[in-house]
Amino acid sequence: MAAWTDISNIKQKIADSSAEEVTAAYIETIGKSKINGFTTVWDEAINTAREIDSNGHDGPLAGIPIAIKENISTKGLSTTCSSKILQGYVPPYDAHVIERLKEAGAVILGKTNMDEFAMGTSTESSCYGPTFNPWDMSRVPGGSSGGSAAVVAAGEAPISLGSDTGGSVRCPAAYCGVVGLKPTYGCISRYGLISYANSLEQIGPLATTVSDIATIMDVVAGYDSRDSTSINRENNYSDALKDDVKGMKIGVPEEYFGEGIDKDVEKSVWDAISKFEDMGATYEKVSMPHTKYALASYYIIAMSEASSNLARFDGTRYGLRAEGENWHVMASKTRAEGFGTEVKRRILLGTYALSAGYHDKYYLKALKVRTLVKQDFDKALANVDVLMAPTMPASAFKIGEKIEDPLSLYLADVNTVPINLAGVPSISVPCGFVDDMPVGLQIIGKQFDENTIIKAAYCFEQNTNHHTRRPREVA
Amino acid sequence: MVYENPDGVRIGLEVHVQLNKLNTKLFCGCSTKYHDSEPNTHVCPVCLGLPGSLPVINEKAVEYAMKIGLALNCSIVEQTQFHRKNYYYPDLPKGFQTTQYDFPIAGEGKIVIEGEDGERVIGITRAHMEEDPGRLQHMGSIDKSKGTLINYNRSGMTLIEIVSEPDMRSPKEARRYLDKLRSILDYLDVFDGDLEGAMRVDANVSVFMGERVEVKNISSFKGAERALLYEIMRQKNHIRRGGEITLETRHFDEARGVTLSMRTKETENDYRYFPEPDLVPLRVADRVPEILKTLPELPDAKRARFVKEYDIIDMHARALTTEIKVANFYEDVAAKVDPKAAAVWVADILKGELNYRDLNIDAFNVGDIAEIITLVTEEKITESSGVEIIRTILDNGGKPQDIVKEKGLLKVEDDIVAKAVEEAIAENPEAVADFHAGKEKSMNFLVGKVMQKTKGRADAREAREKLIAKLSE
Ligand SMILES: [Zn+2]
Repeated sequence: MAAWTDISNIKQKIADSSAEEVTAAYIETIGKSKINGFTTVWDEAINTAREIDSNGHDGPLAGIPIAIKENISTKGLSTTCSSKILQGYVPPYDAHVIERLKEAGAVILGKTNMDEFAMGTSTESSCYGPTFNPWDMSRVPGGSSGGSAAVVAAGEAPISLGSDTGGSVRCPAAYCGVVGLKPTYGCISRYGLISYANSLEQIGPLATTVSDIATIMDVVAGYDSRDSTSINRENNYSDALKDDVKGMKIGVPEEYFGEGIDKDVEKSVWDAISKFEDMGATYEKVSMPHTKYALASYYIIAMSEASSNLARFDGTRYGLRAEGENWHVMASKTRAEGFGTEVKRRILLGTYALSAGYHDKYYLKALKVRTLVKQDFDKALANVDVLMAPTMPASAFKIGEKIEDPLSLYLADVNTVPINLAGVPSISVPCGFVDDMPVGLQIIGKQFDENTIIKAAYCFEQNTNHHTRRPREVA
Repeated sequence: MVYENPDGVRIGLEVHVQLNKLNTKLFCGCSTKYHDSEPNTHVCPVCLGLPGSLPVINEKAVEYAMKIGLALNCSIVEQTQFHRKNYYYPDLPKGFQTTQYDFPIAGEGKIVIEGEDGERVIGITRAHMEEDPGRLQHMGSIDKSKGTLINYNRSGMTLIEIVSEPDMRSPKEARRYLDKLRSILDYLDVFDGDLEGAMRVDANVSVFMGERVEVKNISSFKGAERALLYEIMRQKNHIRRGGEITLETRHFDEARGVTLSMRTKETENDYRYFPEPDLVPLRVADRVPEILKTLPELPDAKRARFVKEYDIIDMHARALTTEIKVANFYEDVAAKVDPKAAAVWVADILKGELNYRDLNIDAFNVGDIAEIITLVTEEKITESSGVEIIRTILDNGGKPQDIVKEKGLLKVEDDIVAKAVEEAIAENPEAVADFHAGKEKSMNFLVGKVMQKTKGRADAREAREKLIAKLSE
């Protein structure tokens, strides 16, 4: 019974049967899963659903199951960032988004797999092993929110939350053929999101429809005094769900169609842009000249912040603890045993970039480039309403194909990281298939103008049928 | 008289002040009143550095820091900026300390102290805000303890670090600087200096314009003076023996009164400072005029006013204005009795008796001291009886009137003194002869006899006058 479906469908099912039955069906589906998308199924889920049945709940997500990425703190439920170093850590508090979801009546099904500490594009670096793409089990689901995208694509959860530091929601959304939104920086409180690169990341929703994305945003977005970077601004996201893009001006940044873009992916995206023309929008090519420096800038900033953010994992207070004759030995051994290769690589590179003598050459320069990348967006978005580009340069690659070659993995983020540097919102929607693997269209908007990109994505979805195709592995 | 500074001593001080009068910590809502609590009871995800927690600036802490900066005549930054200072230590739950780096809340300022040769201006380099780490505790002594325990109650407390220029030329000047700084902070009502760990001092010292040595771990002002005296002597001796002073960090061993080399690596730690992304800058420049208005009259201004308004000597005014509570106490007393007499009684006598008992001015009552002063100035009791009443109140409690009655301290009648004088003269012909022979000292002997006979209730000055008058008849 649980399958590829959306919130309104589930609401109908709850009305016909009960929240408990719906949740139980999802848990059963997860039990049979072959994709390794969930790390933990919460044993409280069924009780939550039962309570909603017996007490009633008028929240916008009453009884709706949701999957949560492993890096979002859930009180009483293991939160490990898919790292060995956080084994055994159970947060004593809920992240802001979890509080909001609970108030809205959502049923937290469990936690989803990710690249260790969100450092990756494939969900292969998890201590729980890789998650498989439901469209082709030999391929990666993308990352780092690979679990959150894959379980939605596989019908193991109708909606989920991920986090996007350099594309970690949009990449797996594109690879798994679902919708994923990276909101404006400051739109959703990060309180409770375990930091990888805190100046870049945002929590973002994943779902099968744009309408569900808007519903989740109406619940989780908004001001939180516990996150100093959260912005106090009222917005109703569901208001954007209008099938009308007449007169909308689209900018197509030519730098996002550069070397390394798969020709078929490029064609899918241009077909999508033509579709927008058919619906009454216009497009023009724009130039964002600093795009080529964005990747280097992103990695230096992300790794620098990570080297500091991950310093607290020393075995003293929680998680893994190795034995050692004194504290320094214990902490060193804990970190040596607890962190995987990619995490160590990024901590080392970040430490290097912040070190005396290199700080100005790398970290400061990266910040300057970031300002230039932002200016590119300001200029481009001054004349158009949205920007459109491929989310990923190609469709999902094979498991094991790139894991030994970090640089080729980093290059896969080329179209997603500039958006995080600029802090603007971006949504990825399915726009076609290449060799039966989904392709994502990325629609980028102005700061806090989520509604325009949601409207564009909704309109596209209403007038195409890419989103109705189901993965064969779970059909 | 100009101070020569024969050894070319230069001392700079870094003082960490814990703003323990704030209700909550720097970045979270935890209470700061942990001093009498069980370990790890004043903690939350933020000050424990739990994964996913985020800091939020305590605006009251910023206000306090601005007050301090303005009271030290510092410039105030346009907007707050925090940095991460990255290093590993078990008391540091995030693996970095959130502090201020190139944009401290307060820039250059100054403090005026009573130097070796009169007033001296000590430059303030900067004052910046940062969070306090937790505390390591051991079961018994470090080497015998089975392990190290960590108490995070202190973690996240607001510290302000006040850095001076190396403008002090002797340990005495350093002590004066510390006393003055504490006095100013006391006036601002931002911290309770009596709480454990409220003020911690690091010093840098050089002699003969040589390299500076940093002395850490000084936990009291008395300790600072001792540490500096020792370190200057050590450096001078080392040079005399042909040694060279090199840049190093030394630890002050309070128990032994010596500084010890920490034998750490020669290289400076690389803290990899970078701006804290989780805190957005807070614009503070606009608030300066408003905060300036809230600044109280500071010690120097108050001292000058006391001299002028109450016509008291500078030495008394200084003693009365070091602590705001004492200054307020004095003004209350001066409103009731003669201000000059009040100055002597509060600054010289009462403060001495309180210090001796390690008590502060709260232990005494304005009404009581005013009553004692009145009794003395109206010559109903002697000065020494006044002191005795103060001592009795401090030791056993009670009211001046009751103590006067109980102890029979009212000055005895004139005829009793007259009778004692006559008896003393009659019974001590030798002393009388000595007096007539010009031996002044014999008068002291006779006064002593009169005091003995009146059981100390006579006024010594009065007894002396009466004796001289009688013997000159
Ligand atoms: Zn706290």
